Amino acid sequence: MTAKDDVVIKATDVTVRFNMASEKIDNLKEYFVKLVKRQLMFQEFFALKDVSIEIRKGEAWGLIGTNGAGKSTLLKVICGILKPYRGNVEVNGSVAPLIELGAGFDGELTARENIYLNGAVLGYSKNFMDNHYDEIVDFAELWEFMDMPIKNYSSGMAARLGFSIATIVRPEILIVDEILSVGDMAFQEKCMDRMQEMLKGGTTLLYVSHGMKSVRELCDHALWLKKGETVLKGDAETVCTAYEKSFDLNI
Amino acid sequence: MSIFLRRLGGFYQYRFLMEQLVVKDIKLKYRRSFLGYLWSILNPLMIMVIMVIVFSSMFSSSIENFPVYLIIGQTLFNFMNESTFQAITSITGNAALLKKTYVPKYVFTVSKVTSSFVNTLFSMGAMIIVFIACRVTFNVYYLLIPLVLLQEYVFCLGLGMLLAQGAVFFRDIQYIYNAITTAWMYLTPLFYPIDMLPDGLRKGIELFNPMYFYVTEFRQIVLDCRIPDPALIMAGTMAALLLLAAGTWAFLRTQDKFILYI
Repeated sequence: MTAKDDVVIKATDVTVRFNMASEKIDNLKEYFVKLVKRQLMFQEFFALKDVSIEIRKGEAWGLIGTNGAGKSTLLKVICGILKPYRGNVEVNGSVAPLIELGAGFDGELTARENIYLNGAVLGYSKNFMDNHYDEIVDFAELWEFMDMPIKNYSSGMAARLGFSIATIVRPEILIVDEILSVGDMAFQEKCMDRMQEMLKGGTTLLYVSHGMKSVRELCDHALWLKKGETVLKGDAETVCTAYEKSFDLNI
Repeated sequence: MSIFLRRLGGFYQYRFLMEQLVVKDIKLKYRRSFLGYLWSILNPLMIMVIMVIVFSSMFSSSIENFPVYLIIGQTLFNFMNESTFQAITSITGNAALLKKTYVPKYVFTVSKVTSSFVNTLFSMGAMIIVFIACRVTFNVYYLLIPLVLLQEYVFCLGLGMLLAQGAVFFRDIQYIYNAITTAWMYLTPLFYPIDMLPDGLRKGIELFNPMYFYVTEFRQIVLDCRIPDPALIMAGTMAALLLLAAGTWAFLRTQDKFILYI
């Protein structure tokens, strides 16, 4: 377990800074007023402060914390969408980001066309998509809706399709961000099964959820973030219990 | 150098995405329209007919084969216009996707320019119809036309990247650019002969307007049945490479900050 190449994700002192003032100033007058009042550059906002995490192959990590704690930001840094302001992240292996299911679906295109488009966004080849098309639709159970434009899909149906496409390969690292809440119970079960199956196959999982039950069920480790800082990390059971306790105290 | 190779590798890996995005643009452009792709030919034809009616009494005496002269300029300028306007919103318009998953950002800009290019190839059908109707004889120098188109494509790619990254930080660019292209259109001899202009202006256009290079190269091939002036070919290639270098440089320099502004 201590072998160095076992570490698939290594984040060291990751800090992400957003410049709050840089957004939403849409006209010059406002800009100058703010400039004169000296409010322009003051609101620096740290979404993550010196977060370090080392994840080994095959581990399943749950990320927990209240809204705005920095969970999604951390996932984005790991996926390469955001560059950290300080610190660095090393990732060894292919990443399948399920940050939002069906990101890249185009409402005007039919489901069939969207499967290919979304596959392309995830970096799959045309051949691969041709070979796995049936499997994707089978898993999503949406055979009769393949020629319907996605804009007429319900969010649950789109999520089914998105999950099927993203998990059709066995990625080395799977990143899941509170996505299963839209599907119905049966499909949620199915997704859980598939994720567990992938974990057995050696996939590393990063899982964000507000449901402690699913975190306990799926993950062996957990990281608790609060306002961008690490509160606790380690064994899933311990961290979840501590997190739940903090709520009881607050209430 | 290794960075360059890695980028090329990335480009190769995402070629299927590029293809999908281009196909998507083309499919959606005419979806649910009765005549479909035929519009790519009909539209330029109709505009050309109108322009011929309006301008023929003014200029046609000094220009041989006015409809051919017109449609060449119009097609090439339209490609530049359409592709760069599409490119401006290529990053901001795909914000949802860029925030949610990692995709090389230039893919969106390149695919927009490419789908405009494919669309232009369709509209060449209109050009061929006009050539036949005006009894233009085909000659061996037509083989040089792909070179002219390639020059313009590279030029638009560079300009598109430059505009796309700029528009992320200043949305105003798309409105300013609208005015710029209008001026640019009048400063390119699309429907008038260049020697009508006063000397100073004409010199300026001949030296600094890349669209003039491409349009003139094309016209020399078709109307004069000859190899375009070497000076024009050189200037056109230089302009294309210069813009591509500037666009790529600006894009790569700012792309890590896109996510904070889209």
